Amino acid sequence: MNTLLTSGAMRRIRAIATAELRLLVRNRTAMFTALVLPLITVGGLSAIGFGENGDLPLGALVVTMLAAFTLLYVVYYNLVSAYVGRREDLVLKRLRVGELTDAEILAGTALPSVVVAVAQIVFTAIVAAIAFGLDVPVNAALAVLAVLAGVVMFVLLAAASTAFTRNVEMAQVSTLPVVFLCMASLIFSGGVTAPENIPDTAQAVVRFIPLSPVVDLVGLGLTGQTSDGDTVGFAASWGEAAQPAAIAVAWIVLGLWALRRWFRWEPRT
Amino acid sequence: MADVVEVTDVRRSYGGYEAVRGVTFSVARGELFALLGTNGAGKTSTLEVVEGLARPGAGRVRVLGHDPYAQRPAVRARIGIMLQQGGFPADLTVTETAAMWAGTLTAPRPVAEALELVDLSGRAAVTVKQLSGGERGRLDLALAVLGRPEVLFLDEPTTGLDPESRRNTWALVRSLLDDGVTVLLTTHYLDEAEELADRLAIMHEGRIVRAGTVAEVVASQPATVSFALPSAMAVAELPELAGTLVVDDGRRVEVHTDTMQTTLTELLLWARDRGVELDELSARPASLEQAFLAVASSSAGQAGDDRDLEVVA
Repeated sequence: MNTLLTSGAMRRIRAIATAELRLLVRNRTAMFTALVLPLITVGGLSAIGFGENGDLPLGALVVTMLAAFTLLYVVYYNLVSAYVGRREDLVLKRLRVGELTDAEILAGTALPSVVVAVAQIVFTAIVAAIAFGLDVPVNAALAVLAVLAGVVMFVLLAAASTAFTRNVEMAQVSTLPVVFLCMASLIFSGGVTAPENIPDTAQAVVRFIPLSPVVDLVGLGLTGQTSDGDTVGFAASWGEAAQPAAIAVAWIVLGLWALRRWFRWEPRT
Repeated sequence: MADVVEVTDVRRSYGGYEAVRGVTFSVARGELFALLGTNGAGKTSTLEVVEGLARPGAGRVRVLGHDPYAQRPAVRARIGIMLQQGGFPADLTVTETAAMWAGTLTAPRPVAEALELVDLSGRAAVTVKQLSGGERGRLDLALAVLGRPEVLFLDEPTTGLDPESRRNTWALVRSLLDDGVTVLLTTHYLDEAEELADRLAIMHEGRIVRAGTVAEVVASQPATVSFALPSAMAVAELPELAGTLVVDDGRRVEVHTDTMQTTLTELLLWARDRGVELDELSARPASLEQAFLAVASSSAGQAGDDRDLEVVA
């Protein structure tokens, strides 16, 4: 985990990622989940007017929602399936007999999904900017960092979730707790629902859900909207970011700890 | 010659069960060392510790001078490992699988060369899920040799292979030995050990019970002289022969002897003097199989297999 990304490490990660990309492209279910599901989810929610009472303008709303669903489906759900599938096929065990480090195996397996997710978010941001007239972001760096932190967080959560996922089929069920929690995070986010309609207790609890810091920070970075409904400028946005960022870091640390403690490299015998 | 693999008093437990109970052996550079044993004897458990896949419960392991578990990066680039079960993604082709593995190695052979070595060139474009069990085994072997290893660990390399593939695998292992590669393999095929091993150890219930060259291990067992007792003759009429005489109900006589030549000479001289025709006469030296079975049967509490035999001398 603590090795630098040497050229050898990059080469090894690329080898695994290339193979994993081939597997992703050959798996229709995974391709559908990765390419279509986030788009139709966001399209469907927009069609029923989801979020139109919130603080975020339509363009930013669409980008935020798509970032959220992409992290959930493409990174989290897909990777739980991929890690469990490779574990049950003894691929992880096989990879561990070579020169790869554990971190390289996990990173290489995650890379194609991560690239697809990031590409989709960028693509949506561009489309949203053209279609809905996305304003110039208040703090673009913050939005980008939020997406990257979200990627790391959900890769780790996916790896940790394999501990209670016996096979690929079970991933459809075992990922539901995290997915439902994150839906709640989206519903009770100030950017999506009018803040006055959110119970205080819900707001207090929801900000600690893994997806919340990402939603808050992407919204904040794009529009300067805080979760309390205020609007801030570039300089103040960093200060507003502190609390969600701390929650994101806490989830990353927790994910690493869970990974080290519970991740299994071969099927239960 | 320096020992490439040193295993000293290694133990390994699963829960309360001790699968490896104090195993010690070493493998010199360029040598092929075989771990033989019945299923559950502890061969794979031992091998996994030597490969650095697991930490031993007690004892010391050195591969190329390093601890293979704690100093994994120092060891892995110089060894090749073939596992018992493949572990390949089902939807990749043979070439894609080998190319993926090659991409993770420091100094790999060309992929085509590795596939050629195991006769898989003709199946290069086929997905792994369409391969037969034997072909998967060969793919596993190709990956194990892909990194030009100095030390090769093979866990039952020919299990499930057809006879021709077995021969080819043996030929490949021999050519690697000629190139100076050190090999540690497990097998439950005795002919494989006889064919390939410079030295071997027979494991039983987590311990090494016999070790040495094939000749040394076999030397602990008696040779067998056998013949059919002539019909009109009683056992008591047979001459005094060096060794242990056993007669079964079907009037077949076996003499287990450490001095085959003397026993045989006495028997043949007696037969000539008495004008006796000895049907089905055979004399065979001890085999590895015999040594192995002696070890395997020593466990279950049935000492020997002399249930219906009459011991005379």
